[in-house]
Parts: sequence; structure tokens; C-alpha cells
Amino acid sequence: MIDIHPMVIFFAAIFTNNMILSNFLGMCSFIAVSNEIRTSLSLGQAVTFVLGCTSLINYFVYHYVLVPLSLEYLRFIVFIIVIAAFVQLVEMIIERYFETLYYSLGIFLPLITVNCAILGVSLFMIIREYNLFQSFAFGIGSGLGWTLAIVAMAGIRKRLQSASIPKGLEGPGITLIITGIMALAFLGFSGIVQIQ
Amino acid sequence: MSEMRNVIRNGIYKDNPVFRQILGICSTLAVTNLMMNSFVMGVGLMFVTGFSSLTVSILRRYTPKHIRMMVQTLIISAYVIALDLFLKAYWPSMSKALGPYVGLIITNCIIMGRAEAFAQKNKPLISFIDGLLMGIGYTIVLLFIAFFRELLGFGSIFGIAVLGENWVKWTLMIMPPGAFFMLGIVIWLTHRFFHEDDTEGGTQS
Repeated sequence: MIDIHPMVIFFAAIFTNNMILSNFLGMCSFIAVSNEIRTSLSLGQAVTFVLGCTSLINYFVYHYVLVPLSLEYLRFIVFIIVIAAFVQLVEMIIERYFETLYYSLGIFLPLITVNCAILGVSLFMIIREYNLFQSFAFGIGSGLGWTLAIVAMAGIRKRLQSASIPKGLEGPGITLIITGIMALAFLGFSGIVQIQ
Repeated sequence: MSEMRNVIRNGIYKDNPVFRQILGICSTLAVTNLMMNSFVMGVGLMFVTGFSSLTVSILRRYTPKHIRMMVQTLIISAYVIALDLFLKAYWPSMSKALGPYVGLIITNCIIMGRAEAFAQKNKPLISFIDGLLMGIGYTIVLLFIAFFRELLGFGSIFGIAVLGENWVKWTLMIMPPGAFFMLGIVIWLTHRFFHEDDTEGGTQS
């Protein structure tokens, strides 16, 4: 068990170990959805919420069910099922009780199941042997970092609409290159805190 | 036989998962700082796509329609676990280097996409080949990116130094931004040179 304060992990997950910019996770929806600031903000909120909860659930499932039964190798299947089931459950609850929220968030929830960032966080926290608070801080921090990146990207892409981009580079090409520049900027944070 | 040729053409060139469909780049980029890692990752993915397409295709008549996504996910997870255990047992250092990215093959959209788009509707053998070729197409892109990143970043290819002692290493290339720039450039080049036919009117420059 490594001894890092959860707050350190929280800030590291946002700035220095950003899910998209340094671990390349969650790229698919990052490129597909980062067109509008509002939608990317809703998606970011949904991802943060799901990440926070699934990191907790997966922590308990892994340490209190899989480890005692020595079934650690089944973690991929178990985690993906937990994530899918949780997302389904949240969708049902939101639809039933928070109708306005459902309309702004609803369509994004099914997308989240296949977001690599969610499974990635669960796998990272097992590999790095985080304890309960560290895992939770890592989950929430990763979600916020992801939101930060996607919202910033949406803002930049809005401006791009009036720019003249070389043919062939439009769409995903230019998005990736801008992401590269953003990652470069985020490298500047790497002096503050560092986790693996 | 023309069906087979079509599948081959689609997998490697026309519908190449990475640069045509922008799928599955999550796990593409993280491992491309060394060619060896990319190669192992590519072969692993080939194995998983091929066999999960085969299994999905065999089971396609017995899978109820509304739970098919769940069944596909389970099939894919089973193969990924096999791959992970294999690497852990026979190549622990590589397993450590790839870290969680082996597990993340499960959420790689290519496999799910092929299972859903192709294996669900076609016979087992052709689905297997389709999956395998999608994996090969993916590996080629992976190796291409890794080639430049390793060459410029470490001055070596497959761990063998080729650029000599005096090469100034481009540290940027082995850090995350290098991966984004490389993939951006690869997509640009492929759009520019190989797929002019679908950009209306061709290039004007």
C-alpha cells in the first residue's frame, strides 16, 4: 500500500495524470462529443458521477469478494458488469425521479459504459494498490480532469469553425493535433505533484 | 472468393479501424512509445478480435437479440482474460509494461464494432478472417506510429540502436503529446493520399 495523501492523488488525477492527456483514455467520446460546450459539460458531469461511484463499488467488490475467493483474474469481467449495471441503474433512477436531469444527461449515460476511462480508473486503482479514500479521490479527480479537457476542447473547436484548415486535416486530424498541444501545456503541471 | 478479397481490402486499407473509423485509439496510443510493446499489443488485439468474432458468429443464432451486447462483452472479456493470463505467465515484464492497457482491450470499440457490424450477420469462418484482418490493419497503424516515436525518441528500432551515439533524443516524442501529434499526422496523410476519392472534388492544392 503506497502512502500518498488522497488530496495529492485528486489533484494529480486532474492535472498531471489527466485521463485523456496523459493516459489516452476516453478518447472515443472525447473526439465524437467535443463539439459543443454545453453537451460536453453534461457528459463530463455524468462521467465524473459514474467514475466516483464505480471506483467505490469496484473497490469493495475487488477487495471483499474477488480477493477472498482468489478470483482476481476475473476482475475484467466483473468490473465491466458492475459498470454496465450501475449505469443502467442510474439511468432508471434518473428517469423516474429527476426528469429534467434525464433529458440533459440521459442520452449520454449508455455511452459511458464503453468509455475506456471508467474501466481504466478501476484497473489503475487496483494496479497502484490504492486504499479506499485514495481510490475515491482518484475516481473523482479523473472525472474532473476528463471534464476539464473535453470542455476546453469544445471551446477551442468552436473557434475552429471559422478557421481555414488544410484539407484532410479537418475533423479528427486537427482535434488530435490540438489535443497534442493541450497535452504539451499540461506537461507544464508535471512539477507540482507526481503519481507514477 | 470475391467476398474474401473484399474483406481483406476493407480490413487493411479501406475501412482500417484506426484511421478510417477513429475507433479504438484509447489503447492504441498509450503503448506506442516502443515498437515491441505495440507489436505485442497488436498481436494480442488480433487474437481477441479474431476469436471473439468467430465465437459471436457461431453463437449468433442462439443469442437473444436484446441481450446480445452483454453476450458479446462477456465473450470479449473471456478472451482478454486468456490473453492477460498468458502474458502474465510467460512474459511478466511485458505484462507489467502494458499495465492496464491489456484489460482495456475489452472497451476497445473495434472489437465490439466488428462483432456488431460483421460477425452478427456472417458465417463463422469469414467473420474470423474479418476480425483477424481488422487486427492486422490496427497493428500496422500501431507499428507505424511506434516506428517514428521510438526512432526519434530513443534513436532505436525494436530496442536496437540505429541512429548512433550522437543522436539528440526527442524526448517529446516518447511523451503523450508525441502520440497525439503522430496520430494526427497519420490521419492527415491517409486522408490526403489514400482517400481522395471520398473527399468531394479531390484536393485543390
